[in-house]
Amino acid sequence: MASTIRVRATSNGDTTEVQALIQHPMDSGFVKDAQGQIIPPHFIQELTFEYDGKAVFVADWGGGISKDPYVKFAFKGGKKGDDLKVSWVDNKGATDTATAKIQ
Amino acid sequence: MSIMDNGFSATRRLVLKGAGTVALAGLGVISLDLPAAFAAANDKYPEEAFKQKSEADAIKLLYGRTAELSDKVKMDAPEIAENGAVVPVSVSTTLTDVTSIAFLVSENPNALIASYKIPAGTIPSVANRIKMAKTSNVIVIVEAGGKLYSATKEVKVTVGGCGG
Repeated sequence: MASTIRVRATSNGDTTEVQALIQHPMDSGFVKDAQGQIIPPHFIQELTFEYDGKAVFVADWGGGISKDPYVKFAFKGGKKGDDLKVSWVDNKGATDTATAKIQ
Repeated sequence: MSIMDNGFSATRRLVLKGAGTVALAGLGVISLDLPAAFAAANDKYPEEAFKQKSEADAIKLLYGRTAELSDKVKMDAPEIAENGAVVPVSVSTTLTDVTSIAFLVSENPNALIASYKIPAGTIPSVANRIKMAKTSNVIVIVEAGGKLYSATKEVKVTVGGCGG
């Protein structure tokens, strides 16, 4: 299966800007389907970005984050060509991981 | 027979005691003595904070204290969101020593949307997309140097994004 994570990390020398887009339904558990049945909660709870073995950004998410979530942040350091590791875990225990090269 | 009974009830009491302690810890009652043990300060997913209906309860569980409004917290959110399912909100701050940033929507079924940990070296600026059930205040909390600062903005929602 193709990765659910699309991540772009760009270094300008001092800082690295990271944008990530993840495919996930992010069902909050408050929405009903066409038959009036509650769609059970299914959302990413933790999203972690690691550079050089250290977490540079950790997101704790609830069901209030939009479907196919997007997040943007930046951190000091990060060299072109280095790896940035991204991983998430959802409330059902599913996970995915991706590694992006800093550009 | 009666000896057996005593043995059983003693065990039962111990088990109940243990369960009670765990329950209290879960509610954050015990961690009141240890501010460092609050959800935002450790690595655990703050499950209980995300279940709270009001933003005040969520902030209390997450940080254990209240925030003060600050003009150093800059929030960028639309005046009117046509689609409540996708509302782009971002925040940046000139505050230093930022350790975490949280997003809340007061009128959502669960107020807390997201809590971001900002390790040293990461720029205190985050953009994300959130769901809004209806017109509501969006609240951003920035934890800096052990204190809480906030910014609030009302976003009008034309079509809600939380079902119904």
